Amino acid sequence: MSTLVIAEHDNSSLKPATLNAVAAAQAMGADIDILVAGADCSAVADQAKAIPGVGKVLVADNAAYEHQLAENVSLLIAELAANYDNIVAPSTSNGKNTLPRVAALLDVAQISDIISVESADTFKRPIYAGNVIATVQTSDAKKVITVRTTAFDAVAAEGGAATVEAVSSVHDAGISTFVGQEVAVSDRPELTAAPVVISGGRGMQNGDNFKLLDGIADKLGAAIGASRAAVDAGFVPNDMQVGQTGKIVAPDLYIAVGISGAIQHLAGMKDSKVIVAINKDEDAPIFQVADYGLVADLFNALPELEAAL
Amino acid sequence: MKVLVAVKRVVDYNVKVRAKGDGSDVDLNNVKMAINPFCEIAVEEAVRLKEAGVATEVIAVSVGEKPCQEQIRTALALGADRGIHVETEGRVEPLVVAKLLKGVVEKEQPQLVILGKQSIDGDNNQTGQMLGALTNMPQGTFASEIKVEGEKLNVIREVDGGLQTVSLSLPAIVTTDLRLNEPRYASLPNIMKAKKKQLDVFTPADLGVEVTRHITQLKVEPPPERKAGIKVEDVAQLVDKLKNEAKVIS
Repeated sequence: MSTLVIAEHDNSSLKPATLNAVAAAQAMGADIDILVAGADCSAVADQAKAIPGVGKVLVADNAAYEHQLAENVSLLIAELAANYDNIVAPSTSNGKNTLPRVAALLDVAQISDIISVESADTFKRPIYAGNVIATVQTSDAKKVITVRTTAFDAVAAEGGAATVEAVSSVHDAGISTFVGQEVAVSDRPELTAAPVVISGGRGMQNGDNFKLLDGIADKLGAAIGASRAAVDAGFVPNDMQVGQTGKIVAPDLYIAVGISGAIQHLAGMKDSKVIVAINKDEDAPIFQVADYGLVADLFNALPELEAAL
Repeated sequence: MKVLVAVKRVVDYNVKVRAKGDGSDVDLNNVKMAINPFCEIAVEEAVRLKEAGVATEVIAVSVGEKPCQEQIRTALALGADRGIHVETEGRVEPLVVAKLLKGVVEKEQPQLVILGKQSIDGDNNQTGQMLGALTNMPQGTFASEIKVEGEKLNVIREVDGGLQTVSLSLPAIVTTDLRLNEPRYASLPNIMKAKKKQLDVFTPADLGVEVTRHITQLKVEPPPERKAGIKVEDVAQLVDKLKNEAKVIS
């Protein structure tokens, strides 16, 4: 048995989601190789080869893969898949974009967003916005799988010594081009990797009031998130959304401020270790999942909290 | 330009779905069904393209059992011109749906296919991408804005950390994210008109597709329950608990 894990990276650094995907691959009990597909991405390969337990790092370094366009990368992965039983990627926007194309090229099903490995062919995954967990078994000899990163503890990033092997095949489908990217620049940790997340909901009333979260986030080293209601209301940009259709997070501490706790939102944060809810409505569903609930007006509670930290 | 829109019949998003007591499947008895919210956004976008004079015809297609014709009618009431129902039995996997849609694409030759990024039942997020691979079309997944520019389609995509813009050759595939548009409500006259619009029915065999099954659902269960904790009196007690009991801040 052998598994190819698709590295999540930006050509200069390996993203932590890769380490969670490797953890899932380890649970499948197979030999693990990693694919780094990009351009001028040797720094990423150097990081990937340090992951303990990895046999080989395959590096496909070519302009065609620079922006990891699914049309090109899927052809590459489908070709490499000949040598593997499992193809595994984290459920990031890249993984979700590319892997179903790979599965279709291989004429196999994809198993999306697994949260546990039950056996070589059986997995658990959430359906219906996380209201139900399904155990599914695949009959495909070759398995294409995306991994919910919060469900698998990251493996160590250092200590391994994998060999690095260049992949020379170039696949340029020639049907899509990258135009540009607007990346939100922030000094704060990334939402999905932050140890503490503080999120605001509709109760914040407007985008300006999100500044009330800044001081607390600074003191706690937290990332700032938002509920879908706050994003839909235009308070903050969509990349801050935590929920089933946004980012799935599982920090050590999650602070929900002015968030009622719709199923949609809970699906994105209920695996957090400790949940704090601050809401003036004592019947808000968020209190049913919160370890510590504070029934209070957030406009009083937030300045007090900042001062108390 | 002809636009094909895929719609799926799913449990209404307001329904809280539960596993059956015996864990065999989810309990869908007497549950309200509706068009998948992401598919509704797809229909709206196609209709807006027609209103803007970019699209000439909008065709709504659904794969499923007979009742999914209700959702095709909904799409027709929202402004699609005609419908196609590919009639199947039981659960159909995304790979098979993609193969069936490929059959429809070959028949209709649309320049643009718009699908929801995922359905809110299976949460697979696969069909659009799979259709892309099978037809060798480029894809703009998780789209928050699309614009036809000559022979190209520019798509702004919602990706981790921000927005990405890609330029795709037509014909192309788009999967919708929540912020692409806000769907309209169907008016009563349009609902009446929709009943008279053309709706063709095909079988998988008509499209030359064999319905295969790769995945078996062994059981379903509720997610681990998270118990409600305690209510704290004030901010001081909250900070104290976080420091000394939960030990998550120092």
